[in-house]
Order: sequence, then structure tokens, then C-alpha cells
Amino acid sequence: MIEHNVINNTKLFILLKKYPFLEAYFKDNNFDIIGHEAGTFSSFLNTLDEEYLEDMAIDKHEACRQLSTYLNSMLEFLGEDKTDVLSITIFPGTNKSGEKENYDKLKINKGDIVSIVGPTGSGKSRLLADIEWVAQADTPTKRKIFVNDDVPDNKWRFSIEDKLVAQLSQNMNFVMDLTAKEFVELHARSRMVENIEEVIGRILTQANELAGENFAPDTPITSLSGGQSRALMIADTAILSKSPIVLIDEIENAGIDRKRALSLLLSEDKIILIATHDPTLALLGDKRIVIKNGGIDCVIETTAEERQVLAELEVMDKRTKEMRTKLRNGERL
Amino acid sequence: MNFITVSGPPSSGKTSVLLKTIEVFIDRGLKVGVVKFDCLSTDDDLLYKKMNIPVKKGLSGALCPDHYFVSNVEEIFQWGLDIDADILISESAGLCNRCSPYIKEIKAVCVIDNLSGVGTPKKIGPMLKSADVVVITKGDIVSQAEREVFASRVNAVNPASIIMNINGLTGQGAFELASVLHNDKSANIETLTGKELRFPMPSALCSYCLGETKIGAEHQMGNVRKMDIKND
Ligand SMILES: Nc1ncnc2c1ncn2[C@@H]1O[C@H](COP(=O)(O)OP(=O)(O)OP(=O)(O)O)[C@@H](O)[C@H]1O
Ligand SMILES: Nc1nc2c(ncn2[C@@H]2O[C@H](COP(=O)(O)OP(=O)(O)O)[C@@H](O)[C@H]2O)c(=O)[nH]1
Ligand SMILES: [Mg+2]
Ligand SMILES: [Mg+2]
Repeated sequence: MIEHNVINNTKLFILLKKYPFLEAYFKDNNFDIIGHEAGTFSSFLNTLDEEYLEDMAIDKHEACRQLSTYLNSMLEFLGEDKTDVLSITIFPGTNKSGEKENYDKLKINKGDIVSIVGPTGSGKSRLLADIEWVAQADTPTKRKIFVNDDVPDNKWRFSIEDKLVAQLSQNMNFVMDLTAKEFVELHARSRMVENIEEVIGRILTQANELAGENFAPDTPITSLSGGQSRALMIADTAILSKSPIVLIDEIENAGIDRKRALSLLLSEDKIILIATHDPTLALLGDKRIVIKNGGIDCVIETTAEERQVLAELEVMDKRTKEMRTKLRNGERL
Repeated sequence: MNFITVSGPPSSGKTSVLLKTIEVFIDRGLKVGVVKFDCLSTDDDLLYKKMNIPVKKGLSGALCPDHYFVSNVEEIFQWGLDIDADILISESAGLCNRCSPYIKEIKAVCVIDNLSGVGTPKKIGPMLKSADVVVITKGDIVSQAEREVFASRVNAVNPASIIMNINGLTGQGAFELASVLHNDKSANIETLTGKELRFPMPSALCSYCLGETKIGAEHQMGNVRKMDIKND
């Protein structure tokens, strides 16, 4: 932790050289420090006239305090040894009728794929929300979540940089007006990655492989097809998102290689949770959590027989895919 | 009584998030009152009424809604005490992105949505910069990457705040927000008299503020400032 005074007594050019991310920070806060690098941040603030300070709603004292808060939080984020999340453990709470849940404890390890099944309104989303909030018996289900076999740090709840969970939503639209490359670059910069070009290249390559149907880096993201958008979202989340857990709310079958998508996520060392009604997807998991009446009713391990079923389903899926291609090409089915 | 001031651009999801959050408070046996501030009209009060939440609305009309807020907040607070509320919440739409109705020592929440674009956080003044909690809504319509970029931009302009993603439609996250806004550590506020705004409001008083409608230099008095328009 760098003392507030030290930061505010250091010349700007030194700060910028040591902490290049501050350049974006000053820009985001409308501090036009160009030409003032030889002085300190406070001396820069002193060059601004009262009218400007009032217009831009800048309080000098606050601005200095904010700079040190930001710098310190970024240093913590960049410098700290990232706690590697090896497992999460879910301890039972109660179902909607207030009865204790029917399992001992449930440990999910890095590299696991777990699907979550159950009727509408049964509490699937609540379970996912409990994990995201690292519940400590303080949600309606009274469940407790441990990280790495221990009471979790509060940072998982509140830090923007250290989110436990990334979510691949059902939605397949982008709203930004950027090309695929610009989009990934924007994300990479906000994540402070170092070898930006290489990372961008990797994401775009992976996305193209997942989508099957290629797109160029300069394609506007808003004109990607549904499958391409989803492929880009998955590749981007797998590679750039720091969150150790990825929640997936149904990956639609259309236009994307789902098995490959999961193995991409796994290769990036994630824990994967999938809420789904699709048998193929559910069977890709190592186990599935069955939710009834708000509680975890049981946990079913995927058996060898079920994997056989999966093979059958995959043959059927493949056949459907072939039919679709024929249909597209104007052939007879 | 706990007092929570909520503010944010129009249609960012303030009412939706509040309705879901208040539901949680009510489930916890707490009594909640709401005051809605707006300019010209609002139907939000009806939404709160529908949930049997006591509500007052204040329309500022020709006045700046945040100035109007400060001038009325003491009376509003008294109303909260009179109805025996545990929590009083004010909802106001930030219209010029410059003002904010936040008061020192009173929990301040800014609601802003993912759809407003990554450039937005830096355009919003104290309403965002001086909030204790920033709620980001409409994450369901954008990708994980867009959510992450947006949150990091918010963090850059307000690094000390707690940033939470809440879905105003499904209420995902509302339970958690409720725990952040009201817990054992929440201050019991007895009066607002003498408390201070977190940030001064702009000192704008020109002839147009006072009802002038005609265009032309001779009609302009008071705090008038001219744009710098150069021919290049
Ligand atoms: N154990 C529990 N105790 C009390 N309330 C619960 C419990 N589990 C879930 N709930 C509540 O039940 C409601 C429905 O749960 P949820 O939204 O998680 O269902 P879902 O399975 O995701 O449904 P859908 O398939 O429609 O998405 C929520 O309001 C949730 O908070
Ligand atoms: N998709 C989506 N829509 C939302 C969300 N939150 C609010 N909305 C919608 O956004 C619109 C404006 O919300 P409202 O709560 O009235 O905003 P306010 O003006 O800030 O009070 C409404 O149509 C809401 O249903 C959200 O998280 N996701
Ligand atoms: Mg759900
Ligand atoms: Mg509203």
C-alpha cells in the first residue's frame, strides 16, 4: 500500500512511467494532464481554475484521495499472488419448505463440469446466485459456500477485478458498435493483459474454430451471426475473463460446437456450471445436481451407461447437423 | 431510521431494482417508505402503491429536481419517521448528469445500465463519482465482456464504491443488494437538519432561469457563458 502523501508528492511523469495504467485513469476522469507531467497531481489540480473545477464537478481533495484509492487497488490486483481457486464446496441449507437439504456436502473441483437440472421455479438460479455471492447462510436457502475448503475472503463479493463467477448469458447480441478485433482489444485492455496482440489473435482463432463459419477480425460484432457471436463470447470469456467459475445458461445447439466450447473453457482451468434441459449438454457434465422445491435433491454421477446414451445422442445431433447442411445447400433430405 | 438516496439516469432501472429490493426488506419484516422525485410526471408512485409501499411523490416542474430535493428532504425525512418506517428510500432521476442529491453520512446509490455504453461513466459527475454503491443493470442484454468493461470503467471513476450487477427484471442480485444497504451496521439516523450535501450544486442563475424566453444578447443577464466558436 502506497501512502496517500507519497502518491500526491510524486511527479506525474514518474507515476505514469511506473504505472502506465494511470494514463487511462486520467482520461476516464477527464484530467487533461498533458503538459503537466513535470509536476505532481496536486500541482496539476492547482492549475485548473475554479470555474472549470465547478463545471467538471471536481473536488481537489477528493480527487487526490480517489487517485490513491485507485492506484492502491490496481496494485493489489496486479501484484497479489492470485488465489488459485481449486474447488468450491456447497454446504446444505434448507429447501422452500424449510427442510434440510438432502446431501452432506458437495465439492466441485477445478476442471469439473457440473450440470444443474430441475423444473422451472425450482431454484436453479438461486443456487447459481448463492455461489456467485459466496453465500454464508445469509440467503433464503441458508447455504454456505467455501472456496478452497475454507471460509471465503470478502473480496469475492465486492471486488470488480476478482469476481468468482463469469456468466455466459442466453442472450447472443452485442450492443457495442465495434469490430470483433476492437471489441476483444477493449476487453483485453480493461483486463490489463500484457501481450495484447497475441491474446487477441488467440481469441479470434478459437472463436472461428468454435463457430465453424469463419469471420474476419474487422467484422462489426453487431453483424456476426448468432453462432459466431456466441463463439466469440465463449472464446473471449474463456481466455480473458479471470473468473475461475463460468456459469452457462443453456448453450444453444445452433451454429456452435458445444463440446469444443466446453473443452476450451476447461483448458483454461475453469469450473463449469451449466443450467440446462438439454440431455446432450447435461451428459457432458461429470455429474448433475437435481433441484426440487428449492433444495438440492440429489447429485447424480454420470455413469458409463449414460455415456453410451451420450454417444447415441451425439450421433443423432450429428445427423441433424448433416440434414441442416443439406437443407442449406438446397439438397433433398 | 435508515435513509437511502437512490439516483441515476432516466430508465436506468431504479424503480425496477428498488421494487425487487424492497420486496426483500418486507420479507425481512422491515417497513419501507419511498419518495419519488421527478421533473414533469411519473407513474412510479403507482408501482410502489401496488405493492402497498407508502409513497410520496414530488414533481419539481420548472425547478431543477435536485435543488427541489434538497429543499424538501427534511420534511420528507420527517414523514418517514411519522409513518414509522425502518427504511426510507428516495428515488430521483439525474437529469443533467452534474448534480446529485447525495448527503454526507447517508447511504448513496447510483443506478446505471450496461446499455448506456462504455463511454458513459466518465460523462457522469458526482451522481456516479460520489456514490457508495453503484448498481449496474441490464447485464442480461449484453455479453460478459461488455459487463466487465463497463464495470471497470465505473471502477475507474469511483474506485471506492461497491459495484453490483443487478437484474431489474428478474431481481437477480436484489437479495444481496438489500444486505448491503441495510444491515446491523446501518446507522440509525435521527435527523437530517445540519447535514451537508456531498457535492455543491452548480451555481447557475441566468435570466433564462428567471423566466426570460427571448433570444438575444440584450436579454441575457447573470451567469452567462459563451461557447468558443472559431472559424477554422
Ligand atoms: N431453498 C429456498 N428457500 C427459499 N426460497 C427459495 C429457495 N430456493 C429458491 N427459492 C426462491 O424460489 C424462487 C424461484 O427460484 P429460481 O428463480 O432459482 O428458479 P429456477 O429454477 O431458476 O427457475 P427457471 O427454470 O424458471 O429459471 C426464487 O424467488 C428463489 O429465491
Ligand atoms: N432487460 C432488462 N431490462 C431492465 C432491467 N432493469 C430495468 N429494466 C427495464 O428498463 C426500463 C426502465 O426501468 P425503470 O425501473 O422504470 O427505470 P427508472 O426510470 O430508472 O426508474 C423498464 O422497461 C424495465 O423493465 C434489467 O436488468 N434488464
Ligand atoms: Mg432461472
Ligand atoms: Mg423510476
